[in-house]
Amino acid sequence: MIRARSLWLRTGGPVIGVGVAVLAAAGLLLLAGASPLEAFRQMGLGAFGSVNRLADVLVVWGPLVLVTAGLLVTFAAGLWNIGIEGQIVMGAIGVTGVLRLLQDAPLPPWLVLSIALAAGMTAGAAWAVLAGLLKTIGGVNEIFGGLGLNFIASALILWLIFGPWKRPGIGSMSGTEPFPESLGLPTLAGTRLSLWSLALGLAAVGAIALLLSRSALGLRLRAVGLNARAAFLLGVPTWRNLLVAFGLCGALAGLAGFVQVTAVYHRLIPSISSGYGFLGLLVALIIRYRAVWVVPVAAFFAAITIGGIQLPIALQLDSSLSGVLQGLLVLGVLFSDGLRHRAAARS
Amino acid sequence: MDWTAILLTGLAGVLATAGPLVMAAIGEALSERAGVVNLSLNGTLILSAMTGFAVAVATGSLAAGFLGGAVVGAAAALLVAVAGITLRQSQVAVGFVLALTLKDLAYFLGTPVMGAAGPRLDVLPVPLLERLPVVGPLLFRQDVMTYASFLLIAAAWVWIYRTRPGLTLRGLGEQPAAAFVRGADVTRLRYLYTVAGGALVGLAGPMYSLSVKAGWKGTISGLDGLGWIALALTIFGGWHPLRIAAGAYLFAFLQWLGVVLQPFLPGIPSQVLQVAPFPFMILTLVLVNVGQAEWTGRLLALLPEGGRRRLAGLLRLLRANPPAALGQTFERE
Repeated sequence: MIRARSLWLRTGGPVIGVGVAVLAAAGLLLLAGASPLEAFRQMGLGAFGSVNRLADVLVVWGPLVLVTAGLLVTFAAGLWNIGIEGQIVMGAIGVTGVLRLLQDAPLPPWLVLSIALAAGMTAGAAWAVLAGLLKTIGGVNEIFGGLGLNFIASALILWLIFGPWKRPGIGSMSGTEPFPESLGLPTLAGTRLSLWSLALGLAAVGAIALLLSRSALGLRLRAVGLNARAAFLLGVPTWRNLLVAFGLCGALAGLAGFVQVTAVYHRLIPSISSGYGFLGLLVALIIRYRAVWVVPVAAFFAAITIGGIQLPIALQLDSSLSGVLQGLLVLGVLFSDGLRHRAAARS
Repeated sequence: MDWTAILLTGLAGVLATAGPLVMAAIGEALSERAGVVNLSLNGTLILSAMTGFAVAVATGSLAAGFLGGAVVGAAAALLVAVAGITLRQSQVAVGFVLALTLKDLAYFLGTPVMGAAGPRLDVLPVPLLERLPVVGPLLFRQDVMTYASFLLIAAAWVWIYRTRPGLTLRGLGEQPAAAFVRGADVTRLRYLYTVAGGALVGLAGPMYSLSVKAGWKGTISGLDGLGWIALALTIFGGWHPLRIAAGAYLFAFLQWLGVVLQPFLPGIPSQVLQVAPFPFMILTLVLVNVGQAEWTGRLLALLPEGGRRRLAGLLRLLRANPPAALGQTFERE
């Protein structure tokens, strides 16, 4: 009896958590005076209703997968890389800086883009390592160091867009002057979707999954994450591994910034990160840091984000319902996990 | 108006705008002193601001608005407590998810009252005392919640450092096992302080929407980020009410300075000046923390005697240690 119950809890727990989250979202929709079924239908249509919508979902999916893959590394090392938003921003700034510098140079576009990619990854990694140094040398918890660096990065991007990099005439929230088409990643006709973004995302997940499960570095990172002190006593240089984890994650965040600038917006805008860093943290939490789930769950979360855009158009509801639904899903799974452990501990 | 009057009005405004931060950061300090970190502040603050405003608009009662905010704050903290204490999930994870979710929830549910005209807390001068030079206009011509924030600083200090329950509270975060042996119901008290601290955070929201930044304007209400600052203030203040208050006033002063100096700094976009105090907070955090680092001690040992002692004294003054059992689940053996 007890065993049957615990088995049911193990498999059914997350499902119930997701179910409760959806019910809670339905309740909120009722509270807002809308029909939940109609709202969910509109979100489904908004995400999958046409080829263009589907392409938009994949436009979100690419960078989201990149940052989530990076976060798997920092979570494996036991780190809460909240600074990921700033790392995406710094990556995008690095990319834009290179493109601005070289756009009139007599160089082939692929070379300029490659240099920009390297610069973006380096800038993202450097910003992440800075959070790591604050932690290891300064003793500042990475959550607060990361938040502070996020604020600095957003101040910097605003200053650049309204200051030195402003459009001829007057700077505005619409961003810098767009780059010539040759300096963008090729996109599918009529969409903002670049197959490069998808390929980079898939490659990143694959590489990170292998790194964490099959390599010596992955083993060391996980050892540090499980018990930093024990790992240190057994001869694993803790702080160096922490910095490596930050660097890898930051590089992937910078890569996401590269995709945002060269494939999606073709310029630098103040909200260049689109909040994908925090969204990636949610995805990493709900999949409990397991690499196999990154691809499907990131797609699901991307679909919720894009589907929500339909809400104000069709039902005069605020699109922030997407964020609420995503958060509720994560909470549902966290709570059902907790209940499961509690039931297991009792029996 | 002469310059002193302008300066006094400005500084009185600084004390008022820092009020909600004082409230939220001291609330968080109570929770963390008990060993529970409630990372949801940024979402809680925004949702309680919207709720407080909506309730005040609907009922016409400011008191009901503040009560609504406090209930939202307490409920959010209760979720963190249930997940973190009873269900043994990561407090950081649950708090972070709530920080994002409650913010979006506020924007979603707040649409009906967006841009609505609503009541606003009036200034309530304290008779006689308001006539005092300098102190009068600064401290005694504020609204009732700002007075409450002044009182909270003193009350929290007395509670934590001068009472028996306060001693138990410190024990909860430092050595829960010892507190338990001495007869404290660790789990119940942790719940109590987390929920009470959350209610204080929930009061901070309406202090914005019904006073300091009156109204609800959705995503452009200008509240995003303040919850994170309150959290940073708790740490910067070393979980000590007086230092937390000093940090909050410094932050509000810098923001005011940014507004005042803007006409003199045409080269810097206003958007940059508005966020400038945030990085400053983090730099301060670093300063507070380097005193603890192992390498600082070694570096200090290399300095000549006189300078070393002075510098070590300064670092000790800045130093703050987190509650030793912060964020950990207490297991009764």
